[in-house]
Parts: sequence; structure tokens; C-alpha cells
Amino acid sequence: MNMVFLYALVGVGLFCLGLHALIMHAHLLRKILAFNIMGGGVFLVLVALAKRTEEVAPDPVPHAMVITGIVVAVSATALALKLMLKVSEETGNAELPDERRE
Amino acid sequence: MEEMTLLQEIFDGLLGLGLLWLAWRSLACTDMFKAIVLFIAFGLLMALAWLRLEAPDVALAEAAIGAGVTGALLLSALAGLTSTGASRHEVEQPEGVEKQTGTLHRLPILLLMLTAALLGYAVLSLPSHDPGLSAEVAENLASSGVSNPVTAVLLNFRGYDTMLEMAVLLMALLGVWSLACVESQRDSSADPILDMLTRLLVPLLILVAAYLLWVGAHAPGGAFQAGSVLGAAGVLLILAGWRLPSRLTGWPLRLVVLSGPAAFVAIALITILIGGRLLEYPTEHAGTLILIIETMATLSIGVTLAALFLGSSPEHEEKQ
Repeated sequence: MNMVFLYALVGVGLFCLGLHALIMHAHLLRKILAFNIMGGGVFLVLVALAKRTEEVAPDPVPHAMVITGIVVAVSATALALKLMLKVSEETGNAELPDERRE
Repeated sequence: MEEMTLLQEIFDGLLGLGLLWLAWRSLACTDMFKAIVLFIAFGLLMALAWLRLEAPDVALAEAAIGAGVTGALLLSALAGLTSTGASRHEVEQPEGVEKQTGTLHRLPILLLMLTAALLGYAVLSLPSHDPGLSAEVAENLASSGVSNPVTAVLLNFRGYDTMLEMAVLLMALLGVWSLACVESQRDSSADPILDMLTRLLVPLLILVAAYLLWVGAHAPGGAFQAGSVLGAAGVLLILAGWRLPSRLTGWPLRLVVLSGPAAFVAIALITILIGGRLLEYPTEHAGTLILIIETMATLSIGVTLAALFLGSSPEHEEKQ
């Protein structure tokens, strides 16, 4: 197996790990971490696939998209963290209310 | 030569395993502080992976933003969380609940393995040779005004993506400022070592940012990498207890934050008026226009990231 597909599969693995944590954990900070790791997985697939042809330099379009993606991810993370602080200020708990558990 | 490729294969394998292991530990350990530190380490390993994939521009952005600024944001949010009384550790689910939903518990794992298998199959079924758009980019590079293909794509060929991205950054800051009543960073008296370090590092960071901005035209670097280094300098200054003087927190700050998107929109409008197409620069001025946009964008990204870290809007800070 060549390295491009190795990294792409690691990307798939990261996406799935993140998705699992996003669904299974209640703590909002953990959900934000999980979301960032899912994003990292997607970026890894994109950049790995850009390097499929050895003879020419990697495709710069996915690289540019991933740089854009990293900046958008950090803005979304900052906003999400602020919302989480707001929730924990209102309820004293950094989790969203869950009817089943009450 | 063969030994070299074998070493590289071993390195790739270890790096892949390391990434998966760090991600898993970061998502599974109960102490949130540990989870965040592991996440920062994960970001640094990602930067190594980008280098192995010949994407140095992405590696720079990841090291500065993905690991640096995101890590600082997460740690500062964790500090805010503990100060509002929420637990630093995740609440363990009571045993009873766990057992009751025992059979249901399996379902997400099964669905997830199915998703992983499908995604893996989809990735592996892609053709193993596809140069993508690299030939088209290389053909038109001469008319783009810069010689770094990634910068050419970001600011010329797909300039509108970057323009909208600046708008996203601005929206995030507006969102954070509108939620400003949350208790923000406590002003701690600056630690003398941190104070000294800041005095040494901030001028260096500004110099590095300027270098990255300039070099981005023909080598890895550019507005985002430079902006995030500038943002990191801002975060350091905030941590050392420095605040903008109050006469600068009103219009001047907002003008700097707006300068990036505003320069982009202004140049977009001018290109529509001249040539009739959005962000289609005249070839002879493309280099200059890109440098103008990048300089404004660097300033605005740096200030926006630092403001996102500070959290509350500066006037609010004054009133406290």
C-alpha cells in the first residue's frame, strides 16, 4: 500500500474516532475537541489525495482549501467555546440538558 | 536508496499510528486538561504529516493555528469553565444507566464501524493516479502575479473563497463579542518571567509574520500563516496582562479588524468595474494587488484571532 492511501485511511480513522466521541460524550468541550479531530481527518484525506501522482508536484487546490478550512475551524471553535461558557454559566454544567437522564 | 524508502515507510506508519493514538487518548481520557494537551500534541503531529505529504503551506498554518491558537483558546475556555464551577473532569455515567442501555450501547459502535468501512472503501476505490488541477494551475501561474502555487490559488484563482473566509472570521468575532457578558480573562499580575519572555518574543513574532507575508509570494507562507503568528503575539501580550489603551478600543480596533475583508471587497468591486469579473486582476498589477490584500488580511487576521482569545469586547472589559 502506498503512503498516499495510508494517510488517507488514517484520515478516515480520525474522522470516525471524532464522530464516535461527538455522539457518545455529553461534555461540550469534548464535543468541540471531537469536531476538530473530525475536521483534521477530512483535511488529511484531501491533502493525501492531492499527492496521488508522483511525477508532478501535488495539486495546490486542495492545499488552499485546507488552509481555508483550518482558519474557518478555528473561528468556529472560538465561537463554540464561548457558547459553551455561556451554557455553563446559565446551568452550572457544561452539558446540554438530556431528558432521558432526569 | 531502498533503505531510505523503508525508513520513510516505517516513519509514515508510526506517524499514522501516533495520530490515531493521540486522537483516541485525547477523546477518551477523563481529565479535560490532559485531553487538551494531547490535542495540541496531535496538532503538531498533523503538521509533520502535512510535511510528509509535501504541503508545507498547510504545515505552517496547522502549527500556528491548529496547534497554537486553538490550543490557547481551548485552555482559556477550560479555565473559564472551572471558574464557573463546572467540573474539570467529565461526569462518569452511573453504572445502572450503563447497564440499562447495554444493548443500545453497541448500536453506535456497529454503525460507526460500518461508516468507517464504507469511507475506507470509497477512498481506496479512487483512481491511484490523478494529478487533479495541478497542470492547470502550473499553466496559469505566470499570469497570477505570484510564483507560489498555493498563494496563487488562495488569492487569485479562487480569491472569492478567501474573501468569504475573511467574512467567516469576522462573523465569529461578532458572535463572540455579542456573548460578551461571560466573565472574561481575569487580570492576573504578570509573572516576571512571562513578562520578560513576552518582551523578547513579540518583536520576533512580528518580524516572523512580516517575513512569512513577504515570502508567501514565491515560497511557503502567506497571509494566513503570517496572520496567525501575529495573533499568537497578541495572545502572548494578553497573557502578560497588556491591554489596548482605551482610546484605541473603539473605532481604531474595528477599522483594523475590518481592513482585511474591506480591502478584499474594495478590490473585488474595482475588478468588476474594470474587467467585469469578480477578482480578475489585470496581469501586470496582480502581484501588487495580492500583496495589498495579503497585508491587510494579515493585520486583520492577527487582530481578530487575538480578540477571539480575549473573548469579551474591549469596551466591556473597560467597564469591569
